[in-house]
Amino acid sequence: MNPRSTSVPGKLACRGFVLVAALLIWAPPTRAEALIADLTSHLIAITTGFTGASVVLFGATDGPGDVVVTVRGPDREMTVRRKSRIAGIWVNTREVTFANVPSFYAVAASRPIEDIVSPANAALYRLGIANLKLESEAPAPSVVVDTFRAALEHTQQQAGLFANRFGKVDFLGERLFRTTIAFPSNVPTGTYLVEVFLVRDKDVVSGQTTPLVVSKVGVDAAVFEYASRQPGFYGAIAVLTAVVAGWLASLPFRGA
Amino acid sequence: MDIYLPIAEVSLDIFVLLGLGAAVGFLSGVFGVGGGFLLTPLLIFIGVPPTVAVASSANQLVGASVSGVLAHWRRGNVDFKMGYVLLVGGLAGSFLGVWIFTLLKRVGQVELTISLCYVLLLGTLGGLMIIESIRSMLRLHRPGAGRRRLHQHTWMHGLPLKARFRRSKLYISALLPIGIGFVIGVFSAILGIGGGFIMVPAMIYMLGMPTSVVPGTSLLQIIFVAANVTVLQAYTNRTVDAVLALVLLVGGVVGARIGSRFGTRLRGEQLRFLLALMVLAVAAKLAFDMTVRPADLYSIASEKG
Repeated sequence: MNPRSTSVPGKLACRGFVLVAALLIWAPPTRAEALIADLTSHLIAITTGFTGASVVLFGATDGPGDVVVTVRGPDREMTVRRKSRIAGIWVNTREVTFANVPSFYAVAASRPIEDIVSPANAALYRLGIANLKLESEAPAPSVVVDTFRAALEHTQQQAGLFANRFGKVDFLGERLFRTTIAFPSNVPTGTYLVEVFLVRDKDVVSGQTTPLVVSKVGVDAAVFEYASRQPGFYGAIAVLTAVVAGWLASLPFRGA
Repeated sequence: MDIYLPIAEVSLDIFVLLGLGAAVGFLSGVFGVGGGFLLTPLLIFIGVPPTVAVASSANQLVGASVSGVLAHWRRGNVDFKMGYVLLVGGLAGSFLGVWIFTLLKRVGQVELTISLCYVLLLGTLGGLMIIESIRSMLRLHRPGAGRRRLHQHTWMHGLPLKARFRRSKLYISALLPIGIGFVIGVFSAILGIGGGFIMVPAMIYMLGMPTSVVPGTSLLQIIFVAANVTVLQAYTNRTVDAVLALVLLVGGVVGARIGSRFGTRLRGEQLRFLLALMVLAVAAKLAFDMTVRPADLYSIASEKG
């Protein structure tokens, strides 16, 4: 399997994990970083057969402590609409637009966030879905915004695009850790930010940031690119393809 | 086996899509309508975003209509003059339709409008068709029913700009087909349908065209209207998934061939009765869905920021 391609946590992850382990055991650095972490792959390639992917994050700390990992997709503007009943039919009536909503957000931690970080720090480093800064674009009563925000969080969680996964960072001994980050098939494309925090005594003592690119590759990428860059020509080509396909399809009828 | 659709941005089972295309193709082969009115709701049902479903159905329709017209043309069942006149109205209508669609998308009411239009259109048409087909079935059983006139003369035949349509044996105002074409153009843009199921009854009952030339002529103008809608949707809303359309087309071709063979074994009235039942069933399902409290009251639309 090509290491750049989609998933495969298995072998690769183990190899990376063993490597880090070996480095730590056999050649301890003279000036130790408090935290080292890396991903098994920095590219999630969306191909025609894409059904979701997972990436393993592994690393080591310089001593006991808890680890929190957050993964953020590019920000989007999202509009949440609420249906209510008008004349027997359910119609979208109210809407709240949130300006900077991460299109993907997953957090993994070795223990529940509130057990390991102070609320102020959790808010500062945006640890956990509840600590995301989601603000309404237009001023609206906070009661309304709160319910719409809850709906947004719920829907995104249902779609696998938001995830709180506490207790999902596994430690091997005191210093080596690993976690698996899962991406669903509807994962948004763009550059993601993977942040790893080392927490001790309710305080973030060290952090590291790694990028992760989610990108369409091959035919799909070409189609998408073309559709957004040359929409008129793309439409014309789509029509032509259909015409030719229709014509080809009608050929066998000739004999009948 | 899943296939990732680049514009819809979801992975769907390719066999489900092929099967869907085949099923809709089968029905369109039997009844001689495009099948877009079934395809779009079904695509939405399996998880394609509604806006993409509408636009990609139009794209699929182009191919399906081309192969349909070619088959009818070989039997000499296409009235090209009527087709072009309908087209003039149809193109104008589809511009207006895409504009309305874009507006509705911005306001956030596009899904509701699509469903509402479907219920109204399908309900009315299905009802009219079922009444007509029952009547004609009863008439067949009455021996002394007498010869019918070619068509009824109404106020519509008093309009100016009269033109002769040789293939359809008609001498009517060109405004009539232009108007019908326009209305169908608007709906096809909003609903992602070719409008065959509106066009066919309108041609038979309003224009009084002979039934034999109706499907071919209707499909002829659908090619152009659907092509126009596809390009406009691609340009303004970027919602045409050509990969999806192509997969559906492959399934549709197979289904249509089986369907057209099956269709020749049924009588005209029986066909229309079955089509009417199907149309009513879809309308009833959509109407029911609108009145039932949705599982999730909230929906989310995201815009690249």
